Amino acid sequence: MKRLTLILLLLISTMASVSFPAAAASKHDAAGEGEDKIDPKEIIFEHLGDRYGWEVPFCHHKSIPLPIIVFGSDGLHIFSSARVAHGQVYVDGGKTFLIPAEGPNKGKVVEIVDGEEVRPFDISITKNVAALIITIIVVCLILLPLTRFYKRHGYKAPRRFLGAIEALTAFIYDGVIKSTLKDKASKFAPYLLTAFYFIFVMNLMGLMVVFPGGANLTGNIAVTLVLALLTFFVTNIFGTKHYWKDVFWPDVPLWLKFPIPIMPIIEVFGMFTKPAALTVRLFANMMGGHMIVIVLTLLIFIFAQMGMAVGGGTAVVSTLFSIFMLLIDVLVSFIQAYVFTMLSTIFISLAQENPHKEHADAEAKH
Amino acid sequence: MELFTPDFGLIFWMFLSFAVLFFILWKFAWPAITKMIDQRAELIDKGVEYAQQAKQDLDNAQAKAEEVIQQARSRQADILREADRIKTQIIEEARGEARQAAAKELDQAKLQIEQARKEAEQNIRDEVSAFALNIAQKVVRNHMSDSKAQSQLVDSLLDEIEKKN
Repeated sequence: MKRLTLILLLLISTMASVSFPAAAASKHDAAGEGEDKIDPKEIIFEHLGDRYGWEVPFCHHKSIPLPIIVFGSDGLHIFSSARVAHGQVYVDGGKTFLIPAEGPNKGKVVEIVDGEEVRPFDISITKNVAALIITIIVVCLILLPLTRFYKRHGYKAPRRFLGAIEALTAFIYDGVIKSTLKDKASKFAPYLLTAFYFIFVMNLMGLMVVFPGGANLTGNIAVTLVLALLTFFVTNIFGTKHYWKDVFWPDVPLWLKFPIPIMPIIEVFGMFTKPAALTVRLFANMMGGHMIVIVLTLLIFIFAQMGMAVGGGTAVVSTLFSIFMLLIDVLVSFIQAYVFTMLSTIFISLAQENPHKEHADAEAKH
Repeated sequence: MELFTPDFGLIFWMFLSFAVLFFILWKFAWPAITKMIDQRAELIDKGVEYAQQAKQDLDNAQAKAEEVIQQARSRQADILREADRIKTQIIEEARGEARQAAAKELDQAKLQIEQARKEAEQNIRDEVSAFALNIAQKVVRNHMSDSKAQSQLVDSLLDEIEKKN
């Protein structure tokens, strides 16, 4: 019970850390424009998006600086994001860099070339990239001790945390991968399990609002796109001859594939819709979760402008709702990681179809 | 919309970090973990199988023991019955033998008695004939003292011989 209370308190405090920057933003805007109004859209997109530097709770003006790595017009430039924070202009080796507050390149590092903003080739360690690195470390810290445990204790079953990790791994490995891929499970299990843990940890880290987490990683389409592309590559690179035959010359009446290849077109289209569906599903689910929590928090500040009582009431209701949504998001984090792994497994297994086995099955049916 | 346009930098880092993580886990974690999960599942399966086998064996052994006991019991009964039979047989035989021996004894006794009787009879006859001869001698000696009586006897003897012829 004490632990539960502690967790609830932590959750509430994390909520507060979401709300504080928002409040600070509103004050900042108020100071700038002399008008006590908040721009919800601005705040929401700021939180969902990526940025240079990692904000710290309770202080909107300071952030943990992260390295900016850009290939400008004359080559590589590496400098701290603190140098271009708050609209500062940084001159590195004769080249001028800044983050414009307005315009098409808003919020991105640009180089000023002949008075024009030019977007350099940008591979900066942004907040999301830093979160990726933290995720890798966390996943390794979760899984490598389990390996070490096995090396030390042999057949002994691990307890507590390692036991839970083993149970989760076995749940995915036995329940999803092995039951779908059968004897090919060991070939694809490393990729699928890595994807599962990567997504799962990213999802959960995203729910923590303070420093080591808080990045909207899986709610970023670039991340989910890469994951889906990896599944796409694995599916098609390891696809069997039978799979490719099914794509380009499926078992349908001849007029459906010749002279106009209707079915092959549909099949090829389907090859690409699968990763697209994977991308959008994970992205939309996780982004939606983040957005709902932020919107609920913002409601407090929107209603606070109407008066103390309304604001107070909304604060209580919104906070409770946010906690509820965050808890739901914990569930969604697992479900989405599970669904991604499961669908990847199914797509891979569909490309692993063995014609001999199918014929044997068909004959057995007759 | 910035949200829906993937950022190249992030894609690059994402690929790289996934590759790094995949490599680390593929090299150090997954083989050991999946192998252990598989092996343990196998071990548990084998354990269950073994336990079932052991239970079956135990059941079989119990049935076998029961059977052995049953067999022993029936054998015991057989042996007892056999012993009883042998006992009665022996008694019967002994009795027969005894009877035979007794009969033999009896016969011998009878034979001896007969012999004894015959001997006795012979003895008695001899003695009686000796007595009779003695008596007859004495009687004859007394009677033959007068001649009349002698001639009378001769007459009667002659008569007898005559009658016989």
